[in-house]
Amino acid sequence: MDIIKNRYIFFILSGVLILASIFAFYFFGVKQGIDLAGGTSWQIQITNSAVNEGSLKSVLAEIVAANNSNSSDFVIKSLPDKNFLIRLPTISEESHQKYYQALQAKFGEVKEGGFQSIGPTIGQELRQRFIWAFIIGLIGILLYVAWAFRKVSFPIKSWKYGVIVVLCGFHDIIVPIGIMAFLGWNKGIEIDTNFIVALMFILGYSINDTIVVFDRIRENLVLAHRGNFDFAGLINAAVKQTFARSVSTSLTTVLAIAPLYFIGPLSLKYFILTLMLGIIVGSYSSIFIASPLLYVWHPIKAKNKVK
Amino acid sequence: MKKNKFPIFLITIVLVAVLAGIFDYQPLWSKFVSKAHLPAAVNRGWRLGLDLVGGSLLTYNVDLSQVSAADRDSVVRGLRDVIEKRVNLFGVSEPQIYIADVGDQRNLIVELAGIKDINQAIEMIGETPLLDFREVEEMPAAATASSTEQLNEGPNYKFTPTNLTGRYVTSAQVSFDSFGKPVVDITFNNEGAKIFEDLTARNVNKYLAIFLDNQPIEIPIVKEKISGGKAQISGNLTPDSARKLVERFNAGALPAPIELVSQQTIGASLGLDSLKKTIFSGLLGFILVILLMIGYYRASGIIACLALLIYVSLSLGIFKVIPVTMTLAGIAGFILSIGMAVDANVLIFARMKEELKKGLSRKAAVEEGFRRAWPSIRDSNITTLIIAIILFYFATSFVKGFALTLFIGVLMSMFSAITVTKALLEVFIRDTKK
Repeated sequence: MDIIKNRYIFFILSGVLILASIFAFYFFGVKQGIDLAGGTSWQIQITNSAVNEGSLKSVLAEIVAANNSNSSDFVIKSLPDKNFLIRLPTISEESHQKYYQALQAKFGEVKEGGFQSIGPTIGQELRQRFIWAFIIGLIGILLYVAWAFRKVSFPIKSWKYGVIVVLCGFHDIIVPIGIMAFLGWNKGIEIDTNFIVALMFILGYSINDTIVVFDRIRENLVLAHRGNFDFAGLINAAVKQTFARSVSTSLTTVLAIAPLYFIGPLSLKYFILTLMLGIIVGSYSSIFIASPLLYVWHPIKAKNKVK
Repeated sequence: MKKNKFPIFLITIVLVAVLAGIFDYQPLWSKFVSKAHLPAAVNRGWRLGLDLVGGSLLTYNVDLSQVSAADRDSVVRGLRDVIEKRVNLFGVSEPQIYIADVGDQRNLIVELAGIKDINQAIEMIGETPLLDFREVEEMPAAATASSTEQLNEGPNYKFTPTNLTGRYVTSAQVSFDSFGKPVVDITFNNEGAKIFEDLTARNVNKYLAIFLDNQPIEIPIVKEKISGGKAQISGNLTPDSARKLVERFNAGALPAPIELVSQQTIGASLGLDSLKKTIFSGLLGFILVILLMIGYYRASGIIACLALLIYVSLSLGIFKVIPVTMTLAGIAGFILSIGMAVDANVLIFARMKEELKKGLSRKAAVEEGFRRAWPSIRDSNITTLIIAIILFYFATSFVKGFALTLFIGVLMSMFSAITVTKALLEVFIRDTKK
């Protein structure tokens, strides 16, 4: 497999992925969960078997209208085992109790699974925090990469490794964002705090992956004789040497968490999906994008092709 | 040569891991503790987060607009102590109450695990005697109505808040006035007494309003300067309301108003359901990883799996000892680190195979393989560690668990790769040279 020779295939593939992701993000936007946007999420279980989404909807509409005249928007989603997830704007504990009592009066036994009501200011604070976390994380990683690659600056300046590592990191978080934006538009999937955490994790993880490949290139460069060597061949060899490792480590990581996606709790489902997407994309980019980028950027490639 | 050396190190590690394994599994550990007659203190269970045992997470915004900048820290700390006392009265086990700075805002976060009646708890925390004194200015169009009759802040009075508030109250008690009506005597601390003295000195022959929860309950006339830091609240108190008021004062008056901005309550059954599903998924993930490793790497895969098993057992032991509060995200973080831990082993095996191919002896190949794999192992984990640390500092409580388990998990995986895997390889790997 000659990655350098086929580099344009991968560049085009990644280009298309990134453009599609930006397109999805720009046109669909992402749906924010209540922890970011504020609102109420209320999970109840109604034992009365006659109740369905429709009847709950009409009853809830009455209750909301009776207690809170200025807002009547709510969404009901059916979950397995007669569970329902109700979305409301932020409400007080007092209203929550009123709604709850009204539901019980109407349907008999109603069990509460969870109730979360989050004010809009919380989301704002959270976003601010994560923006900072992101910036500091990026700076930390940049510093580390610069330090890790400080020694070998022949024939490639060490900061170039760093730039490519970070570019790949961006590549790997843009694609999951695009996919989640698409899912938000298509299926109403929301992003929450966990999603942002997953993105940060992906940033760290995918950069790891790229570093291992670059480490190998760096090592091979040291071993190679100065002067005449085939840089493309050297990169191909390094990728080949690390390929099995890259694939197997991503595979084991994805395998370890995959059951959480399929049979784990609902609240982790899309967190895990984002992680899996990021790990897969990250593994792809460290094999097929990072090294060809290094090759393309490297100024002395023409000279060394002679061999 | 060294083939016959008794692998003390390996045996120690395996023994520790087995012990950790017993410790990790609480039912077995309780039995072990009672059989071995260990002190009851070591029989500690797992600390589980609210999202697994059920409970409530309440976020309060503290209104510090009336508090000078220098006093803010102490006021918020005082507020936390007061709420802690109230919550303890409610009988919640190990309530967690902490302060979160958000820009120039302060939030108080109250975690109540395993609580059933959250409505009552919210009332208990929120229903607080917010006491303060306000200066009264009679407006020109003053009516003739006497003080206590006209309580509403109508056009007749203008109330100016002072800095004398309930946070200076040290004690309160019920007594009865000469008409047999219940009154509440409050005592200020030194600082409060000083403010009270100045305030009364300034307002001799004027009204001074006592506000409770932003409602004027009494507007007496100040006859003279009062020193000594004692005041009396009469108003329209019944014996019952007076007693309640005193209880609340003695638990501590809230030094600043608070507002509930978010509430997250998870039912116990939903929590238990999540816990079961997560543990089951984690086990399944672990088995899948093991199958893949053995299927792909055969013999060395088995070694990696042994190392992984020891790693899981030790890490869980560490989580339990610290103790790390296990949340859903926390367990997910650990499962993730299991998948990642394999990586170090894979890196080592790959390097070692290369060395063996070169014709090095087993011992030399293991040494060389580790030496050359180590920079990659280190480098490939440091970025994850950096991210975990940053997440820990910036994230909210549920996510903190993820950052913590990921951090400890990754550190442990590095440790286990260079010690456990190495010890296993030294014992089990055969020479390629015949």
